Amino acid sequence: IISTMRAALLIQRWYRQYVARLEMRRRCTWNIFQSIEYAGEQDQIKLYNFFGYLMDHFTPASSERNLISHIFRENNICRNVDWERYFCYKSIEVPKLYSGPHLSFPITCSNAAELVEAFKNKQQLHSRYVLQLLGETWRLLRILPNISQISTCHSKEITICGDLHGHLEDLLLVFYKNGLPSSEKPYVFNGDFVDRGKDSLEILLILFSFLLVYPNDVHLNRGNHEDHIVNLRYGFTKEVLGKYRLHGKKILKLLQKIFSWLPLATVIDNKVLVLHGGISDTTDLHLISRVDRHKRQNRSGMTDSDLEDDDPTAKPVDSSRRRVHSLTHSSSTGTRHEVQRRSLQGLNNRVTCSVEEELKERRRQAGLSQSYGDLRNSLANSDSDPDSGELLESYGDEWKQIVDMLWSDPMPQDGCVPNEVRGGGCYWGPDVTEEVLRRHNLTLLIRSHECKQEGYEFCHNRRVLTIFSASNYYEVGSNRGAYIRMGPDLVPHFIQYQANRATRALTLRQSVGRTERSALRALREKLFAHKSDLISSFQEYDPENTGLISLGHWACAMEAVLRLGLPWRVLRTQLVGDTLDGMLDYHLWFRELSITEPNTEVSLLETMYKHHSNLETIFRIIDTDNSGLISFEEFRQTWKLLSSHLQTEISDEAISDLAVSIDFNKDGSIDINEFMEAFRLVGGDLLQNEGDPH
Amino acid sequence: MAEDKESAEAIVSEVHKKIRAAFDVFDHEFNKTVDVREIGTIIRSLGCFPNEGELHDVIAEIEEEEPTGYIRFEKFLPTMTKVLMERKFRPIPEDLMLQAFEVLDKQKKGHLELEELTKYMTQEGEPFTQEEMEEMLSAAMDPDKNLIFYKDFVSMMTVDDPR
Repeated sequence: IISTMRAALLIQRWYRQYVARLEMRRRCTWNIFQSIEYAGEQDQIKLYNFFGYLMDHFTPASSERNLISHIFRENNICRNVDWERYFCYKSIEVPKLYSGPHLSFPITCSNAAELVEAFKNKQQLHSRYVLQLLGETWRLLRILPNISQISTCHSKEITICGDLHGHLEDLLLVFYKNGLPSSEKPYVFNGDFVDRGKDSLEILLILFSFLLVYPNDVHLNRGNHEDHIVNLRYGFTKEVLGKYRLHGKKILKLLQKIFSWLPLATVIDNKVLVLHGGISDTTDLHLISRVDRHKRQNRSGMTDSDLEDDDPTAKPVDSSRRRVHSLTHSSSTGTRHEVQRRSLQGLNNRVTCSVEEELKERRRQAGLSQSYGDLRNSLANSDSDPDSGELLESYGDEWKQIVDMLWSDPMPQDGCVPNEVRGGGCYWGPDVTEEVLRRHNLTLLIRSHECKQEGYEFCHNRRVLTIFSASNYYEVGSNRGAYIRMGPDLVPHFIQYQANRATRALTLRQSVGRTERSALRALREKLFAHKSDLISSFQEYDPENTGLISLGHWACAMEAVLRLGLPWRVLRTQLVGDTLDGMLDYHLWFRELSITEPNTEVSLLETMYKHHSNLETIFRIIDTDNSGLISFEEFRQTWKLLSSHLQTEISDEAISDLAVSIDFNKDGSIDINEFMEAFRLVGGDLLQNEGDPH
Repeated sequence: MAEDKESAEAIVSEVHKKIRAAFDVFDHEFNKTVDVREIGTIIRSLGCFPNEGELHDVIAEIEEEEPTGYIRFEKFLPTMTKVLMERKFRPIPEDLMLQAFEVLDKQKKGHLELEELTKYMTQEGEPFTQEEMEEMLSAAMDPDKNLIFYKDFVSMMTVDDPR
């Protein structure tokens, strides 16, 4: 029989072991989410790097060029006055049945507070008021500087919030704990208001209404998600179209303009710099303050405003009319030239090699990280266009500065390197922080952009502070959110919270378990998408075809194929069940992951599923009027483009057969939702029944 | 004999990789060092059940002569390899765990009161911090009755364990 002391010792030893295990699992889960998130961003950027690049280098006769230029070309309107007419809300009637909030302009603080209450009660603002509010916001933003200067005089404490990502409950929690914005309670919102969460639009409407009421006390900084192309992938576009079926497209268009006009940074007392992503070794605030920020619309460098219209009689696209797409629609020489000059991220070097060679080069590079830096370097040796060289050189610098501000992340080592994980901006080190702060006579850099367990984190000798305000970002229980209060002493004070009341009651074990299950689900999807590659890789370690490989080899193969940088040996226990003497039956393993046996050839459908999030984004890009429909011809062309990019050869018959097997109405248009539905993993039937691929 | 040597090498190599993988999870600066405060987590995550005293001994062995607050991988690897190969700090069998709780349950009620468990855990053995105590209670205690049904608790924790 054991003594009391020994019993206590045993229990403590046993429990501490358990907690340590949980901590390890929690960290791994975190890694999974982060690497998948950033891989998604990387994919995204690779995608429009690709499109932008093709734009510059296809010959004018090529039909693909028309498709791409159609994608990136701005529709029809150019002048602000024309846009104002297009966005006019006056013809929209508010029915008597409407029970939501009514706004009057100029908007008052009680209107804004009413709006908050209404959204808390899950009401929806009528599209008339949405357009009116957005219109006023757009007008205000156009007169704001790139960098706002604010001060903490009058003993005002400033509140700074980080990423919200559509988490309305977090914003409401912040307002509850901290109070609504006002002259006595100034706020800075540091970007990434939208995407991922389901109430991105409501957050924007609240932030914009307070901005209109207190333009000197509410400051919004642009984040990398305030970008309509990113929104196509990460959910905001879908959210708006779902909530506003009739006027959604117009609202999105207006938001596109608003995003491009959002200020880039805020400086407090000339000492504290607040911006969304970060800095680089070339960051120059004086340069940035002079830039035309709205011209740098999105990551592909495609501009939106001030392009000379080549067809003055063209009308805005009527949202109620089904889009009639014409592939032969070609832009005039003038416009195309303009667009080319503002080419991909200001990359100014024109390569004179042929399209074929370029495609070969892209094929070779496909699958490897094509960061901004890589792309730039790969063109460093090419000829430059003598006419546009200089102009684009400076354009390029300015654009790079803005991208860096919105996309960069800090790293522990000194130096400054391209951010290959995200595919945009850079990683900057403590030496760069010191230099940039010193150069501008600043003492602290506050940024967001990265999710942090505790909602905030210091780095670089406490000279850089990350603030993140979306709690439960990856999953319920994954992290707390936080905001900063800062007074004239410029010392940040943190308030943390977690939005879901239920999560606070969860034990460590339960919250780890939940988050982990979610992460593993996401990881399993990736495993499925790379099944053929994984099987081939396993087979390399199994030359005698026994169907078994060692766990060590399993880990190597996983990393080689998936390249997620995850600790496979540590994750092994969560992903792999029983082994025979440390040997894994990999076919069985895949079956147990609920995946069907692979065909011996690479299946067309599997390839498509692998890239399904890319596919959806591509379709949304092609569907420029957001009608939810693309023509069969566009689909075919898109698929051809994608297949060359992805090193897959696909015949026209195969594509036609594919289209036929999807039940779509015979008028030559495909509903995006139907199409994506056909390939969902959960459905699986098509995958089961597919015959010989091609 | 050559085969045995080969397989022994293979085993050690696998052990090294396992250790490296666990270490890397906490190597936030990617410079092959981890904060000394995370060593306990790393060692335990590799399946070992050291008590706090044993942990301190290991740390003393792998620390720099002038402690920097960081542990380097080169020092961690050989020590940890030895720990795993020699199967030190073995797991505690479920029935022994049950026995331990029963010893604390002096009145043989089949459960422990909140105050009882707290007293033992924070005053005996290698005492829990308040945080550790709160976390254990949130996992083990029935919130309505403020009682710890330790039999269920032990089974739950054992099932949870993937090994």
